[in-house]
Amino acid sequence: MNTTIMLFLIQDGITNGAIYALLGLALVLVFAVTRVILIPQGEFVTYGALTYASLCAGQMPGTARLAFVMGIAAFAFDVFAARRALRLPLIARAFAANIILPGIVLALTSVLVGRHPPVLVNVALALVIVALIGVFLYRLAFQPLAHTSVLVLLIASVGCHLAMQGLGLLFFGAEGQRGPALADTAATLGPLRFTGQSIAVYTLTIAFIVALWLFFGLSVYGKALRATAVNRLGARLVGIRTSLSGQIAFLLASIIGALSGILIVPITTLYYDTGFLIGLKGFIAAIIGGLVSYPLTAIAALLVGIVEAFSSFYASNFKEVIVFMLLIPVLLARSLAAPAVEEEKD
Amino acid sequence: MSALLSVADAHVAYGKVEAVRSVSLEVGAHEIVTIIGANGAGKTTLLNAVMGVLPLRGHVGFAGQDLAQLEIEDRVGLGLSLVAEHRELFWTMNVEDNLLLGAFRSARSATASSFERVYALFPRLKERRKQLAGTLSGGEQQMLAMGRALMGAPRLLMLDEPSLGLAPIIVADIFRTVGELRSAGVSVLLVEQNAQAALKIADRAYVMELGEFVLQGPARDIERHEGVAASYLGFQHTGESAI
Repeated sequence: MNTTIMLFLIQDGITNGAIYALLGLALVLVFAVTRVILIPQGEFVTYGALTYASLCAGQMPGTARLAFVMGIAAFAFDVFAARRALRLPLIARAFAANIILPGIVLALTSVLVGRHPPVLVNVALALVIVALIGVFLYRLAFQPLAHTSVLVLLIASVGCHLAMQGLGLLFFGAEGQRGPALADTAATLGPLRFTGQSIAVYTLTIAFIVALWLFFGLSVYGKALRATAVNRLGARLVGIRTSLSGQIAFLLASIIGALSGILIVPITTLYYDTGFLIGLKGFIAAIIGGLVSYPLTAIAALLVGIVEAFSSFYASNFKEVIVFMLLIPVLLARSLAAPAVEEEKD
Repeated sequence: MSALLSVADAHVAYGKVEAVRSVSLEVGAHEIVTIIGANGAGKTTLLNAVMGVLPLRGHVGFAGQDLAQLEIEDRVGLGLSLVAEHRELFWTMNVEDNLLLGAFRSARSATASSFERVYALFPRLKERRKQLAGTLSGGEQQMLAMGRALMGAPRLLMLDEPSLGLAPIIVADIFRTVGELRSAGVSVLLVEQNAQAALKIADRAYVMELGEFVLQGPARDIERHEGVAASYLGFQHTGESAI
């Protein structure tokens, strides 16, 4: 192998690794705050990518309708949960958040869909639609189970993944789609050629990590989220609702997932079930980070990306096998280093 | 005048074992009430149930409102606050952020004055404001737990064993602060094993044994009560010298 190919593979690995890093960070965040291992993260990727691609192709994405339907269900859940102390402002707030908001998004989507709006409008629409689905998913599937064990939450998570994948097939069909690139420019640096899309991947990943860092370091809601992750009972005792923290965590995770999808879909063709595999690679990074460490997860994600790039060059048939094998030494090391721990009860 | 907190015929059970049986209690405005009793009498269980951490059968009312259907977070919103036995701080965050989150449910405009009030009460916290909560000494952690609760401007502060594991001189400091809260308009429900120190600052006291109240009355009378003196005060070595 010559240097050019090596540089090329490393570049490719870092581009993919940056996306895995975003996904891995979202997984760590959601697990820390809600104890949910977010298997449907991959579906957020697919939904984001294919919603964006559909919008650009002038088709109405089924996800916009899904968000609306989930909103109606979420409204019903809210009203049922508050049935003993129903007050008008409470119902009005739930109605606005769960029905009016997705209604507006649905109307906006159907108005804009045939008129070829600018790419960025499509990006924004896709992000908002998937973000709504993420928040409603938490409300419908995980908030009612918030007090149960990690295992129950994991099973619910697998269920959500299967359901959303099936719906993905229904919405987008079995054929793959590609979306237009976010930027058409390209730059060359020595032997390397940076496409506009890969530059967009780097910039957005870095911008998102900085934004997350600012959010957790400076804003009260970011701190409340950290507090819930550190000490759930402590957070409740100062009046931070577990459900609020969970909603924010799912909101961030779904936006990150959708954004990753939108960044990938101009590079590779995405099918209704591709997201799962992409999400799993973020999951490997998160596991290497022990589901707690953000920096370790980000570094591990870059490693996963690079290993993937090299293994697809040398042994492309075994690409996934080699990548997933990374888990084995990590799990061995972790289980040898730490004594068996009983699951935390709270 | 109706009481600020009123508990009537409360039962709390862990599975089939009743840890608290048919307990009734009241805390009025501007009042310090203490529950004393041996380890395992059910004091902590009772406080946690009043806060909503554990399910309670019976009646709990706060400021004229029935708490039965309310979550912990809603009870905080009404002005009820618990400093739990294990303090439940945000260990990996600094003192200032811990305090800031104590005011999570309050108006943002009131936060600055709350900080001033808490720092005036616990100057030590101001010195340590950039230090992580997990690296504080036991006494400082207790101060932080109380400070965090006070940031939310509660009407009733429930303290669970504030003296647990602390040096006598710090215990004295904390009890003096609890005494000052009354003049600031905060009612206190104090659970303590250090009966002598608790009875010194309390207005009224309940004595708890095996999940039931066996005695109640003005703190001064309880202090002089023969049975109490024998069971709870006789073996206190640290309390007298510290206060």
